[in-house]
Amino acid sequence: MANNSDLKVLILRTAGTNCDLELARAFELAGASTTRLHINQLLSDASAFHRHQILAIPGGFSYGDDIASGKILANQLIHHLKQPLQQWVADGKLIIGICNGFQVLVKSGLLPGPMPQLADDDWHPATLTHNAHNRFEDRWVHLRAESPLCKWLTPGQKLHLPIAHGEGRFVTRDAAVLSALKANHQIALKYVDSLGNAATNFPDNPNGSTEAIAGICDITGRVFGLMPHPERFADPLQGPAWTSNLGITQADGLQIFINAVGFVRQKMAVAV
Amino acid sequence: MAFYRVEIHPKNPQDDPAGLAALHELRQAGQTAVRSVRTARIFLLQGDDRLLTASHLKRITHEVLADPVTETAESPSVAGHGRRVEVHVKPGVMDPVAASCEMAIADLLDVEYSAAAPPIEVRTGRLYFLEGELNESAADRMVRKFLANDSIEQVHLKAFEPKEFPHGRPYEFKRVEVPLRTLTPEQLLSLSRKGHLFLDLTEMQTVQAYFKQQQRDPTDAELETIAQSWSEHCVHKTLKARVEFTHHGDPAARGEHQTASRTQTIDNLVKSTIFRATSELNLPWTISVFKDNAGVIAFDDHYAVCMKVETHNRPSAIEPYGGAATGIGGCIRDVIGTGLGAKPIASTDVFCFADPNTPAADVPAGVIHPRRSAQRVTAGVRDYGNRMGIPTVNGAVYFDQRYIGNPLVFCGSIGLMPRRFAQKGAATPGDRILVMGGRTGRDGIHGATFSSDVVTNTHADEFSHAVQIGNAITEKKMLDVLLQARDAAGGPLFHAITDCGAGGLSSAVGEMGEKTGASVQLEKVPLKYQGLSYAEIWISEAQERMVLAAPPEKAAKIIALAAAEDVEVTDIGCFDGSGMLSLTYEGHNVAMIAMEFIHDGLPRPVRKALWQQPHLHDPSGHEPRDYAHALGDVLAHPTIASKHWIIRQYDHEVQGNTIIKPLVGPGGHGPGDAAVVRPLATGSGAVVLAVGCQPRFGDVCPYHMALNGMDEAIRNIVCVGGDPARTALLDNFCWPKCTDPMHLGALVLACQACYDGAMAYRTPFISGKDSLSNEFITESGRRICIPYTLLISAISVIADARRCITMEAKQPGNKLVALGTTRRELGGSIYWALAGHVGKSIAVVDLKTAPALHQAVAEVIAAGLVRSAHDASEGGLAVALAEMLFAGDLGATIELDKCPRSDDVVQDDVLLFSESASRYVLEVEPQKCATVLSKLQPFGAAVIGEVTAQGRMQVAGIGGKVLMNEPVDSLRQRWLAPLDW
Repeated sequence: MANNSDLKVLILRTAGTNCDLELARAFELAGASTTRLHINQLLSDASAFHRHQILAIPGGFSYGDDIASGKILANQLIHHLKQPLQQWVADGKLIIGICNGFQVLVKSGLLPGPMPQLADDDWHPATLTHNAHNRFEDRWVHLRAESPLCKWLTPGQKLHLPIAHGEGRFVTRDAAVLSALKANHQIALKYVDSLGNAATNFPDNPNGSTEAIAGICDITGRVFGLMPHPERFADPLQGPAWTSNLGITQADGLQIFINAVGFVRQKMAVAV
Repeated sequence: MAFYRVEIHPKNPQDDPAGLAALHELRQAGQTAVRSVRTARIFLLQGDDRLLTASHLKRITHEVLADPVTETAESPSVAGHGRRVEVHVKPGVMDPVAASCEMAIADLLDVEYSAAAPPIEVRTGRLYFLEGELNESAADRMVRKFLANDSIEQVHLKAFEPKEFPHGRPYEFKRVEVPLRTLTPEQLLSLSRKGHLFLDLTEMQTVQAYFKQQQRDPTDAELETIAQSWSEHCVHKTLKARVEFTHHGDPAARGEHQTASRTQTIDNLVKSTIFRATSELNLPWTISVFKDNAGVIAFDDHYAVCMKVETHNRPSAIEPYGGAATGIGGCIRDVIGTGLGAKPIASTDVFCFADPNTPAADVPAGVIHPRRSAQRVTAGVRDYGNRMGIPTVNGAVYFDQRYIGNPLVFCGSIGLMPRRFAQKGAATPGDRILVMGGRTGRDGIHGATFSSDVVTNTHADEFSHAVQIGNAITEKKMLDVLLQARDAAGGPLFHAITDCGAGGLSSAVGEMGEKTGASVQLEKVPLKYQGLSYAEIWISEAQERMVLAAPPEKAAKIIALAAAEDVEVTDIGCFDGSGMLSLTYEGHNVAMIAMEFIHDGLPRPVRKALWQQPHLHDPSGHEPRDYAHALGDVLAHPTIASKHWIIRQYDHEVQGNTIIKPLVGPGGHGPGDAAVVRPLATGSGAVVLAVGCQPRFGDVCPYHMALNGMDEAIRNIVCVGGDPARTALLDNFCWPKCTDPMHLGALVLACQACYDGAMAYRTPFISGKDSLSNEFITESGRRICIPYTLLISAISVIADARRCITMEAKQPGNKLVALGTTRRELGGSIYWALAGHVGKSIAVVDLKTAPALHQAVAEVIAAGLVRSAHDASEGGLAVALAEMLFAGDLGATIELDKCPRSDDVVQDDVLLFSESASRYVLEVEPQKCATVLSKLQPFGAAVIGEVTAQGRMQVAGIGGKVLMNEPVDSLRQRWLAPLDW
């Protein structure tokens, strides 16, 4: 499915990345072309940043998630690529982190990112930690897009996507951070029950996240991280119910990639 | 040298789910004295005091070790509430977290990093504060028994703070010769036992004769090489043996294979049964069978799929977490090392344990409690498989008290490769020998020979060095690089590849160099720590290593590709064309043996096998008073009960190709019959994966046990839309020790069934493996043999995955069709097992009709005539119906009188719970019923009920009386609860 689109996605991989191929496939279905690049290559030559418009950090277990999930890759990004990444965001480009990629974004401070309510050097106001029941959990969950800000989501849209993680419980340092996130419309995605009501308990809220938060974005709405895997539902056959609902043609996850590609296209059109 | 100890504590109890989980685990184990558990992580750091300064320690703590939102760091340690118990990894045991910390710290401090000599060394531990009415020794006991494992961990009751890390002494070379030529037979046997060689007298005498002829004594490395290569684990000498089989049949017993009393000589058991069927069937889609690490079949015109199933029973008995993890890790490497390399696309897992509710007092000394075993085995498979990014999609768990000392852990791996890489490669003289991946340590030494002996209650101590802990990321990195080396422009960069599994380098290099010979410089092998002797380097079973044969110019390219992704590859020698295995250490010769002797020297004695049909009786059955309750009890039997607690801990959807998942239906409450994986996103072709296993039937007749397992595996394949005409099988035998002629006789019968079944179903075996010494001797000398366990794994290739279906009931108004004749076959059933009976009348597979029946079902499903299909096996029709209904959140009205059955079925409980083979329940839309029935009529098919919107399962008996009218939700709760740990 080699795609020759001029809209290019940089998919970062490292030791333990394992959702990179299906992520590439989802972006390609949405009309982008993709490059999978090992972090070592990026560390020795950061020029690849110039040739891409979307940066995607896929799921997996970067460096085994030893110490804490996403931590080591997050540290590598802060220590070696902080400047080009800040430039990337300043240039109006997009970033998505899925599952382990979300953990990396949060632990590197790219999410929630700079907030007017916080000091400039306060880059770690929230984290993703062990699921409340202390187990890895693979399960399909219901979600609702919450933020009018997030370029990746259609506000109000309900989604059915799989999660597969052991450390997906989103917590903030304190109530003030949580209020700030709400005030800034940075809470992008929440777990809900099958009827669309707020998820209160397991398994609707599968990991015990604060206020059932499943994904957040930065204040620009361009940097987005989420625990569920939209790339695992980019094609109807990947869903859990196509044998019941015959003739199903929808794949909830694909819209997220289509939204991002559409946003970049629009920007590129304006630029031209 | 600076040394620090850092404790990382959760700020709040809600940030300590590990503590809550530990408390839950202790409570489950009946430890009521403990009120609360808090945990902390411990890091011990050591480094040059110019580097490990106080300010660097602060950065390390806050930027690497602790999460500032949820954790606080304390150095030195702080007092907590309750008893302090610390668990630290023993020196020399693989500690992936420590290794990652060392790398991350070097990166943080911008200093050069090497795995062999990290600038700052790290060890990890965990800390429990146990609150409750318990003294120090009770806390110590509790942690040792339920939260730690003595074979790899040390338990401390005070803050553990050594002055420095122990380091192995450098190895001083000493060539060790074993004076073999002068030994008496008794001394030979004693050497075999004490040296953990596990060779029998004839074998030891053959070795002795070889060295007498050479006019010298062997070195330790030579003797070890032969022991590894001749171990049951590596050559399967029992299955390949010449067997004299005497069969005393019971004329009244069932099945044609039991009617005669006779003696026959079988030249090579596996060749004359399992291999023979594959070769006689000679199907065009089998590509590489029984000669590589995995069996390979065609997927489409361009791709092939391969599959391997391995057991890792012994290591999992001693250290369930590490044993299971390295079991799946090793099986995955087998697939990576098939042909010129395959990409793993799915894993399967099947376990056998004793009853998880066994009272602690009934667990023999030296044995881990079966519930803890099950939980830790699951965790091992989870942590390895999930980190590898391979979906674990299918499996089963069986429970029987005789697995108490020998739990079984089967791990399967499925790979995809272009067809041009499907054939096994061959080393060419002049090729370099490359070892890739993990470093070599003392772990796993004697795993191959150790697995060839009976376990005793002291085995755990004696063989703790056989325990291996895996590091999945090392293997994942290696896989990423190997696929690039395979797919290099201009063709693969290597001629041959194999996994470094049992027997370590000794087996891997020995096998690859069989035709060419090999010379290896053992000092070049990269080590985890110093102090290993040349012989230890040679036989170590350290994980995550592969061996490649590559021409010199391409070897350099492989090394460069690997370096770019932080993967180690080392050139350790050459396939030299000499026909000899020649090992040196720093220039000293330490082994020089002819490859021919290693591979063809093993003597083949005749073994005696015997089968005496056991005298068993069927109990006289009383019908249950309350059918709903009886069905609930059957659903709650651990073998049938929901495995969701296990399944949901596996990422069964990574790679995005699992299109029929292990749990199906709207709420994910349906136990799918088989999984479907579509490995190429661009096509609609898919592989279907299923298993069948009937260990309970082996007590009555191993022949029918085997056939039932095959029939069940094929039914499961068919139920989701698989094609029996494109189905291949794998056999995994787990048996008690076959030096007992009865056990070998049982093995012969099972092998014969494999031949008969494979020929009748036209399903070739493509790969197999055996584990033939699963016995446990308790402290008091009692011998516990596992039930005869033959796992049949099935893999089917289909062209259009969109035709697949799932087992949950779909639509009120649809008809339920029972297919296949129910007979009075409750022998070995769950229903009777719950009443404490085995019985005699086990299910008998009718090989004359079963193959056509399965084909007919596959055809109606492929034609789109069936909405759901489910296999009736353990628990019979009743369980199949109940599962379909609660999976679909629907009810049904069922009339048993309409069910196809033999004349001897006159009781309702027999009809509901009999485990007759070759039966299905199908859900069919009313307008399609006539077509479906007309196609299935010859096999006994009838509409027995209708799906209803009210969520109740209503069953009328043969006489028309309503036997039950039960909410499906309450049946579902009985099914969900038992293993919901």
